[in-house]
Amino acid sequence: MLDTTYNVETPEGIDLRAQAAGPVPRILAFAVDVFYRSLVLTGLGIALAFADRAGMGIWLVCSFLLEWFYPVYFEVMRGGQTPGKKAFGLMVVNDNLTPISWGASLLRNLLRFADFLPFAYAAGVISMTLNRNFQRLGDMAAGTLVVYREAEHRQTSLPDVAPLAPPRGLQLQDQLAVISLTERHGELSDARQRELADLLQPVTGKSDRAALNYLRAVGNWLLGGK
Amino acid sequence: MKQRDFENRYEDRWNALEQWLQSGEGTLDLPVAYRALCQQLAVAKERQYTNQLIDRLNRLVMAAHHRVYQQQTLRRNTWLWYLLAGFPRAVRAQIRYVWLATALFVLPALVMGIGSYSNDALIYAVMSPDQVMQFESMYDPGNSVLGRERGSDSDLMMFGFYIKNNIGIAFRTFAAGLLFGIGAIFFLVFNGVYLGAVFGHITRVGFVTTFYPFVIGHGAFELTAIVLAGAAGLRLGQSLIDPGGRRRLVALRLASIEAMKIVYGTFLMLVIAAFLEAFWSSSTELAIAVKLAVGAALWLLVFAYFALAGRGVDGDGHKELRSGS
Repeated sequence: MLDTTYNVETPEGIDLRAQAAGPVPRILAFAVDVFYRSLVLTGLGIALAFADRAGMGIWLVCSFLLEWFYPVYFEVMRGGQTPGKKAFGLMVVNDNLTPISWGASLLRNLLRFADFLPFAYAAGVISMTLNRNFQRLGDMAAGTLVVYREAEHRQTSLPDVAPLAPPRGLQLQDQLAVISLTERHGELSDARQRELADLLQPVTGKSDRAALNYLRAVGNWLLGGK
Repeated sequence: MKQRDFENRYEDRWNALEQWLQSGEGTLDLPVAYRALCQQLAVAKERQYTNQLIDRLNRLVMAAHHRVYQQQTLRRNTWLWYLLAGFPRAVRAQIRYVWLATALFVLPALVMGIGSYSNDALIYAVMSPDQVMQFESMYDPGNSVLGRERGSDSDLMMFGFYIKNNIGIAFRTFAAGLLFGIGAIFFLVFNGVYLGAVFGHITRVGFVTTFYPFVIGHGAFELTAIVLAGAAGLRLGQSLIDPGGRRRLVALRLASIEAMKIVYGTFLMLVIAAFLEAFWSSSTELAIAVKLAVGAALWLLVFAYFALAGRGVDGDGHKELRSGS
């Protein structure tokens, strides 16, 4: 199935869900990180220029650290997010969806070079596109994956309609459909909602605004409105 | 129970947990709260409450799950144990790959070394004439300084250079091993050929009194570390070629745990090597005999470390040492 959902069952018997992130946002996040890194290196280069050769030495050490350990630091200390990943709402986690550990982060970032080969991250991109969870080679060896960090949703309000008991024998499937229409009253356009409500005209015997209001009232009741 | 009632009943607890996860404020028994939350999520799913509620609970469970199952890997004593016993034991455990990597590095070096010692032109097969000139001028006994033109502050510059360059080479050698070992083999042979050519050529032109005292000291750490990084890379590659009775992914996962035990050590060795190369090997004030003697002692030390360190402690001793101090 073409689905990026990643499921893990916890010891408590709960299925955790996450959405694996594909190559495109990851490449963009990487580009942002490269940009930040070059920015820091350029800044350091200017600051250390007057220290001459000693400054050059310090700069080389810094560039070494940035090249290999910049992602490690952010992944472990900042909840799996480098600044680039943060910009695209991504995070790195272990494949049991626990926060990434030092060992796994070091491994996946050292093996970054294998993903880079033979040029321009070709191996990594091929591996990502072939893998069900978009793992590059380093991810597979370290047992990590990159997922979307779910954004905080504001809880939506329910429409302001007096609840109304549904007719007898309303099936579970139908109940769920009505509830979901009620819940999404803020997301769908008004015209589309009226159109959807009109589909039920043979059942409700109402049309347009009246049908929609009736369905919302039923939905409110089903959700426990009094 | 209607969803509204369900939400109203637990809303306060969810908010308290959310607050605690974000700011750590308030008192909360996390395991208890987490278990209760898991139960509530299961109930919500079973009763087919709306996606919005389930998503919210799922998010909350995930955040709490992260907190409950946080892995704490860094313990002070682990590092001490690693230095005293873990690293040499890891190397001995993979001794087949270490020998293989040594052969892949030393044999091409020997062939190239003997070749360019007996044939003046051979070095130009791997290096441009400019590079050869540069190497010759670096180790010309007529020079007052060794290695490169040096002021005191350029020691620091060279230190930075060795860190970036040499550790980068070791990491790449290791990582490239993931491609069925081919990358590690390539880097080992390539570096062996290059090194052999320089050794052979410099010996041929007779700059022995400057060259060998310069390289012997840090070579003990640098060359062994490159070989060990290659061995770790070969271990990765081998797990993909011959995973045994496991799936390749699982074999790779297990092999990389073993390999990383070696890689941490090579990193430390190369930092030591960079220190020696920048601040000790290049010194011109020390007598050649002193440098040779210290260099030989360092080689002995490195070999003794890998052959002997950590032999006394077995798996149980490891645990004792970890929890003991």
